[in-house]
Amino acid sequence: MQTPPGGVAKTPEEAKKRAAEVGKPVVVKAQVLAGKRGKAGGVKFADTPEEAAKHAEEILKMKINNLPVKAVLVEEKLDIQQEIYAGITVDRNERKYVIIGSGAGGMSIEELAEESPEKIIKHHVEPDFGLQPFEAREIAIAMGFSGKNISTLAGFFLKLWEIVKAQDVELTEINPLILTADGRFLAADARLNIDDNALYKHKKLIESLKREPMEQNEREREATQEGMAYVELDGDIACICNGAGLTMATLDAVSLYGGKASTFLDLGGGSDAERVEKGIEIAMKYGKVKAILVNIMGGITRCDEVAKGIVAAKRDGDITVPLVIRMVGTNEEEGQEILRQAGIPFLKTMEDAAQKVVSLVEEGA
Amino acid sequence: MVVLVDKDTRVIIQGITGSQGTFHSESMLMYGTKIVAGVRAGKQGEEVNGIPVYDSVKAARDAQNANASVIFVPAPFAGDAALEAIAADLNPVVVITEHVPVFDEMRIIHAAKRKDITVIGPNTPGIITPSAKQKLGIMPGHVFSGGRVGLMSRSGTLTYEIAAGMTNAGIGISTAIGLGGDPCVGLTPIEAVDLFNKDSGTDAIVLVGEIGGDAEERAAAYIKDHVKKPAVAFIAGRTAPPGKRMGHAGAIISGSSGTAAAKIEAFTDAGVPVAEKPSDIAKLLKDVL
Repeated sequence: MQTPPGGVAKTPEEAKKRAAEVGKPVVVKAQVLAGKRGKAGGVKFADTPEEAAKHAEEILKMKINNLPVKAVLVEEKLDIQQEIYAGITVDRNERKYVIIGSGAGGMSIEELAEESPEKIIKHHVEPDFGLQPFEAREIAIAMGFSGKNISTLAGFFLKLWEIVKAQDVELTEINPLILTADGRFLAADARLNIDDNALYKHKKLIESLKREPMEQNEREREATQEGMAYVELDGDIACICNGAGLTMATLDAVSLYGGKASTFLDLGGGSDAERVEKGIEIAMKYGKVKAILVNIMGGITRCDEVAKGIVAAKRDGDITVPLVIRMVGTNEEEGQEILRQAGIPFLKTMEDAAQKVVSLVEEGA
Repeated sequence: MVVLVDKDTRVIIQGITGSQGTFHSESMLMYGTKIVAGVRAGKQGEEVNGIPVYDSVKAARDAQNANASVIFVPAPFAGDAALEAIAADLNPVVVITEHVPVFDEMRIIHAAKRKDITVIGPNTPGIITPSAKQKLGIMPGHVFSGGRVGLMSRSGTLTYEIAAGMTNAGIGISTAIGLGGDPCVGLTPIEAVDLFNKDSGTDAIVLVGEIGGDAEERAAAYIKDHVKKPAVAFIAGRTAPPGKRMGHAGAIISGSSGTAAAKIEAFTDAGVPVAEKPSDIAKLLKDVL
């Protein structure tokens, strides 16, 4: 897929060199894993290599979406005839890939949808057959193109589709795709998310990118390695539960009684004692946590194992904040007996538990 | 009558020789599920929990007159397993497996659609019809009691939480369906609502949704126009921040879409009361029944 001439620079000096290589006016763009870089001031034009160096210096000091800018892309400033939006994503309702195109590119698809929804062309791809050349041409025509631009743009969409299929992409946006005054279609920016569930097929690609698939903090990384779902929030109550829906509902219950959650931690199904202890350990590493709420609805998770994990965490001194436990379901009597013997209180409904943990935090404040 | 699964459902377990398949086939048998065969290529002639194992779905189906499948095959192979079940005309096909690539999900779902086969999941706890003592899935059977309320949900343990609350309040369930926590799933909320609406054994419907996508909004609009039976709902994720996946692949607020507020508004507009907390579902049901 054609991109504008240029290259990546990690220092102002490198940026100057790249700009000199291009030999024309350039654009300097922040390289971070975040959208809306232009709005954040991370995209600037330069007429000379010196100016490119100056812009690079400023941009390399920035943080965009809390991510430090470690590199910039220096590339030819194009003689733009038209900015185009081109994307492929998953339509959850149709359960198909959908090709999205618009002759009015440059802004975000959300803004585009508000400003000129009639200019957005959508086409669903049959999963068994894939995008056909005639469909790609129809999309180009619907986007308002004519003459030889129809086949060129159709070719671009077909190539993009091949990438989606080959790399298990769940979302890609080429925005803007530039039609230059001399009739070239050049991808001036690209975003590409690979389906997490298909990453196992793309180990080489991940290696070649020389970075983790996601930028995570240490606690998030540890939880991911353990196969737990972990999200940090602004409050002070860590909710450790089994199952995503139950964990979300527990966060909501805490809020309903006037508290605020610090942590969404879904242990997943069938956790043993060790895993429960590990979950508590990870949750405790987050500085904001003032209390822990463990809410378990035992299905394939057994309450006796959960109780053992909690007792072990207590014994090892992992828990230095108030702890509220609600635990019912599979082997609940055995589990409750283990807690009773260790002198750890527990409750039977999630509402009682949420209320209790909120009141404990309020007392402590 | 009940929905999708009844006393005549004869079940195949694909991936029965794996640890999950072995563990849950035993639990299903203990509950009463009519498991007639297991499938694992290369292991024909063996038995797991007394269930005969066959090399292929077709062989298992032909030998045991099976008509439904539950899949525990690991994610990289689950798509193939589901297509095999669909090719053998089993219905429903319940895909328990989590982390199935989305492209595989799309292929399964559309292959099934062409043959009018219902795929439940992927990433689902399964489906249970308590009165028939049949569960095709991993849910704890004892929290579900038989009755006349249809329950559908995108989550697992939250479903058990709500089912347990209903059971404690003396409200029984006709069939409970876990729709699955992924962005792309086979049976959609609208289709599930429609099944319960047409079922003479179901008097009311409980919808348990969560943030992400707009399937709940669509179901609410469908209820408003087509459903006379009373319905109540619960939405998880009122306090979830935008842009974060909350455990389920499908539970994410993207931009301004997929919020709990939008779903609650849609249900309210459709005359479907929304519970503030899971335990309120039973109370709301008592009001409408």
